[in-house]
Amino acid sequence: MDLTFAPEEEAFRAECRAWLEANVPRGLPSGDTRDGFGVHLEWERALYGARYAVVSWPEEYGGRGASAMEWLIFEEEYYRVGGPQRVTQNGIFLLAPTVFEFGTQEQKDRILPRMAAAEDLWCQGWSEPNAGSDLAGIQSKAVRDDAGGGWRLSGQKTWTTRGAFCTHLFGLFRSDPEAERHRGLTYFLVPLDAPGMTVRGFGRLDGDEGFAEVFLDDVFVPDTDVLGEVHQGWGVAMATTSSERGLTLRSPGRFTATAARLIELRRERADPHDTRLRDAVIRAWTDAEAYRWQTFLTVTRMSAGEQLGAESSMTKVFWSDLDVRMHELALELLGADAEHDDSGWMKGYQFALSGPIYAGTNEIQRNVIAERVLGLPRK
Amino acid sequence: MQFAFTDDQLAFRDAVRDLLARECPPSVVRDAWTNKHGRTDTLWTRLGEMGVLGAALELTDLDLVLVFEESGYFAVPEPIVEHVAVAVPLLPEPTRAATGAITAVTSLEGQGAVAYGNSADVVVAGSDAGVELLEAFEVTTLPNSVDGSRRLGQVSSSGTGSGVQIGDRDVFRRAFDRGALGTAAQLIGLTRRMLDMTVAYVSDRNQFGVPVGSFQAVKHHLADARIALEFARPLVYRAAWSMSEEDPDASVHVSMAKAAAGDAANLTAAKALQCHGAIGYSYEYDLHLFMKRAWALAAAWGDASWHRSRVGRAIL
Repeated sequence: MDLTFAPEEEAFRAECRAWLEANVPRGLPSGDTRDGFGVHLEWERALYGARYAVVSWPEEYGGRGASAMEWLIFEEEYYRVGGPQRVTQNGIFLLAPTVFEFGTQEQKDRILPRMAAAEDLWCQGWSEPNAGSDLAGIQSKAVRDDAGGGWRLSGQKTWTTRGAFCTHLFGLFRSDPEAERHRGLTYFLVPLDAPGMTVRGFGRLDGDEGFAEVFLDDVFVPDTDVLGEVHQGWGVAMATTSSERGLTLRSPGRFTATAARLIELRRERADPHDTRLRDAVIRAWTDAEAYRWQTFLTVTRMSAGEQLGAESSMTKVFWSDLDVRMHELALELLGADAEHDDSGWMKGYQFALSGPIYAGTNEIQRNVIAERVLGLPRK
Repeated sequence: MQFAFTDDQLAFRDAVRDLLARECPPSVVRDAWTNKHGRTDTLWTRLGEMGVLGAALELTDLDLVLVFEESGYFAVPEPIVEHVAVAVPLLPEPTRAATGAITAVTSLEGQGAVAYGNSADVVVAGSDAGVELLEAFEVTTLPNSVDGSRRLGQVSSSGTGSGVQIGDRDVFRRAFDRGALGTAAQLIGLTRRMLDMTVAYVSDRNQFGVPVGSFQAVKHHLADARIALEFARPLVYRAAWSMSEEDPDASVHVSMAKAAAGDAANLTAAKALQCHGAIGYSYEYDLHLFMKRAWALAAAWGDASWHRSRVGRAIL
């Protein structure tokens, strides 16, 4: 065991810190509004220009070939200095790992560099009005078009984060009408400006137009935009969910940074003799550290060749519940000012409340933990 | 960053686990509740033969953390942490303690009552004033522990007066941290045991024609316990590493570990009892042996609030 960072990791941290401290923009508007999204894209392109957009990717696709540990270090530094939300996250963190694993060389070369440069902006088309937690109940169809050399997609996707501002959608469609549930699905990559596509943004809890529903009416997709094998989309998609629930989407650096801000807020706002608030802040900080060290343990296992499996469900429940707890505590520290807080805590609270819902509800995650980690009977 | 144990560390753990699986079934733990001394008949000698009792003379806190975790898993009714982690490294003449010929216990400020004092041969007593070795002492019996195998007392020196000074304030603080760390590791083991017992029970117990473990309400209780274990354990291993490396923040890391491990064990005890239903509430069933050890150890060596308060002094 060696819990120190290697000299080259420390050097990488110092390099990230210096650049981020000099360049991270302050006070950006929400990236979940049309105008704000544009502002965030400028930041994403600045990150790309300095090769910080996708540090863990190979250099030929715009990254630095950073190790998992270096990526975690980058995330710690990014959120430590208060770096903005990543409006490109659904592409770079959810789709990209799947493209690296299942994509053809042609797909990698075509998709990844433009994704890294924030030229193509990807949103996720999985959920449907009648397929949420029961994702395998997807009804949107893909019908074979042999003459055109591709597929024709029809149906409706919803809860598509930032769909109204993105350029492309990755999604699951039922390609074999005879097959049921997890079988007979195919993973497609679709431009949102393709004929037959209609995208309608709508408001989230906080009022921002961060959601969209996407209607597909006989949209043609060529065979070259199928990711992985036809009818094998479920298995392809599950590789992405592991990334989403696990450490890539919400790395520990976000939560250690929030915990540090909470300590500051307590210093400014709390009666120093209030031991209950004091204990709650220390608990939040300790939990964030626990996530950090659990992640280092996990990364060590992965670097020894182990696959991340159902354990990622534990991670997802832990960080999402922790995020809600930390924001509740912040609002308590703000007292009556919480109502009109514009320092980010009230906004952050509303976003934190989505954590136990998105990426598979925490109820579904607990089922997964019980069945696949503990081995309890499914039925 | 290499957050993993070595093959040697894992092999030592496995050897101890095999011994305890053979020699410390729940019947042995239960016997310690009612026998004269609250301990086992033979396990102390076996642990001495295996080299566990004197292991800290050669090995680090990190080498031993998994051994303490296993001793928690089997709820070993012996003063393993007090003797192995805290006392033996401080004894001027540790040979007989290392073989198990004598038992050393601890009376350090902050640990709570002295456990196993009734059968101790020597006591390592300490406070910020320093650490001393008591060879002549009296034990005043305290009210029973919730865990019937932990015979509690208070220790005072007797005979020729005070004991032999064997350490200063820094030695005391390090000794206390070793006790808290070993106890945190035992709480991790206890958490694992209660989870294992409950998973086995709810997989086997049928109601409404199906295993009760197939119901989501039961699954979610146990998922929460498993999550608490998942995020407490790395803090314990990290604290063990910090102690071994004499990291200046090791005390803070130990406190994070003890608080998280105690909370995880208490949560798991409650979930385990609920998921067992009435059988878990019966005295004849073994679950309570582990629950009560968990309650006792979560409170001993500084409870979660005490340790968080110590963390707070470093970070707030």
